[in-house]
Amino acid sequence: MINFSEVYKRYPNNYEALSGLSFQLAQGEMAFLTGHSGAGKSTLLKLIALIERASHGQVLVNDQNLTRLPKRKIPYYRRKIGIVFQDHNLLHDRTVFDNVALPLIIAGESHREIGRRVRASLDKVGLLGKERNLPVALSGGEQQRVGIARAVVNRPPILLADEPTGNLDPDLSRDIMQLFEQFNQVGTTVFIATHDLDLINTLPYRQITLDSGRLAEGNL
Amino acid sequence: MGFPKINIQGYLLRHLQVMLFSLGQLWRQPLSSLMTIIVIGIALALPAGLYVLLHNVEQVSDQWDDATQISLFLQQDVSQDQALALNKKLNTWPNIASTHYQSSKQSLEEFRQLSGLGSLLDSLPSNPIPAIIIIHPNDKDLRQDAIGSLLSRLEVLPEVEQAQLDMEWLQRLRSINKTAQRGISILGLLLSLSVLLIIGNTIRLAILSRQSEIRVIKLVGGTNAFIRRPFLYTGFWYGLLGGLIGWATLLSSLSLLNGPINELAELYGSQFTLQWLSASLLLSLPSIGLLLGVSGAWLAVSRHLNDIEPQ
Repeated sequence: MINFSEVYKRYPNNYEALSGLSFQLAQGEMAFLTGHSGAGKSTLLKLIALIERASHGQVLVNDQNLTRLPKRKIPYYRRKIGIVFQDHNLLHDRTVFDNVALPLIIAGESHREIGRRVRASLDKVGLLGKERNLPVALSGGEQQRVGIARAVVNRPPILLADEPTGNLDPDLSRDIMQLFEQFNQVGTTVFIATHDLDLINTLPYRQITLDSGRLAEGNL
Repeated sequence: MGFPKINIQGYLLRHLQVMLFSLGQLWRQPLSSLMTIIVIGIALALPAGLYVLLHNVEQVSDQWDDATQISLFLQQDVSQDQALALNKKLNTWPNIASTHYQSSKQSLEEFRQLSGLGSLLDSLPSNPIPAIIIIHPNDKDLRQDAIGSLLSRLEVLPEVEQAQLDMEWLQRLRSINKTAQRGISILGLLLSLSVLLIIGNTIRLAILSRQSEIRVIKLVGGTNAFIRRPFLYTGFWYGLLGGLIGWATLLSSLSLLNGPINELAELYGSQFTLQWLSASLLLSLPSIGLLLGVSGAWLAVSRHLNDIEPQ
């Protein structure tokens, strides 16, 4: 599903964030991406989301070669990837409903279909009663749930998350992780960057650890 | 083949939604939107108003064109019989519509009445005023060069002392008009450019204030066309509403001018009334505004959209 082979990412200031990184993530797998800050976690996720492109090497996602994907096709590629951010990235002047509906509106779904799927998605994250609220009226954990609902509303085969529990207390973090597990159980490939080792060490999923842009010793 | 009908309907529906959404956004900031719209309106009304006034001046000078006539002053030694014969002969010329003979005696009487210098004239030993033949050229919109050639043919007649066409001032008025027309065109062009820039800048600010939203939309798969659309419709509304405001400004200014102009015309015994905007000009003001609005927005969006990428 996700296939990195000999991927380098060098920034204009000559800083090398990724140095010959290779790894695979199978379809339907759930895995964590860990490593100290500056190890290249964010860069790796940005390459998958095509926010940035690799300097060298090949990135295959969904059988698509990202190094060769033309710019105008990027929006359509991104629709097949749900992304959850640490700071939620919600639109603060739109209601919860409108925030979650955004990917469907972009994809041009019909009005009825949007209503149906937004409610299903909000139901899954336990926020069905808060459709009409503005994001500021919600707690941090609830805002993160809205972000997750938005990421999964168009049923993407891949779900990426960048420090989704970074600002949450342990109980809320556990709830959020359970949510990700539920999506994984219905077949979604889930890839979560986190440094919450205490939490993920209790979970039975693969950990991909980066160290200075390479796989750390001990990775499978 | 062909597209499924429902898709086209959905497409139009989405456009309608974005269109109304953009209007709603203007409505949510009524003061700043109104100020921008009024500036656009005034910038559009100014050249249009000047154009209307110029158009009216042209109408007036066209009316005067009908009054073109040539005064033929005859030699002092031409007898009345000779003069009447000439009058008859001229009447047969193809590009002369009618002639009117006035003897030197009649001319003297007329001058006496009009000038109030009767006693002075009485003291003169002989009548200094020549007989004249007044000629109305045939063709109503006789061209300048045709009038000129007629004039030179009349001037060489042996009985004629001088042939005079009082057209020079009309020509001057025409060339002043032409100059003014060009000036107004330049002014219109410059003000249109400023409308373009005003809208472009307004849209640019709107884009910058929604940078984070644009980033989010790009991240969840929004195409450039999708992101561009609401801004283009914002430009559309600015232009259209600005055009309508300009139109209203113009109409109210003209109705303010209408009263005094009618009075003035009456004083001159003229049938002149202010010509209002033609239907095409009425339509063109909002459409020009609309065109400028959308193009200004397009310039701003295409310039700034690519700079805003997710980080």
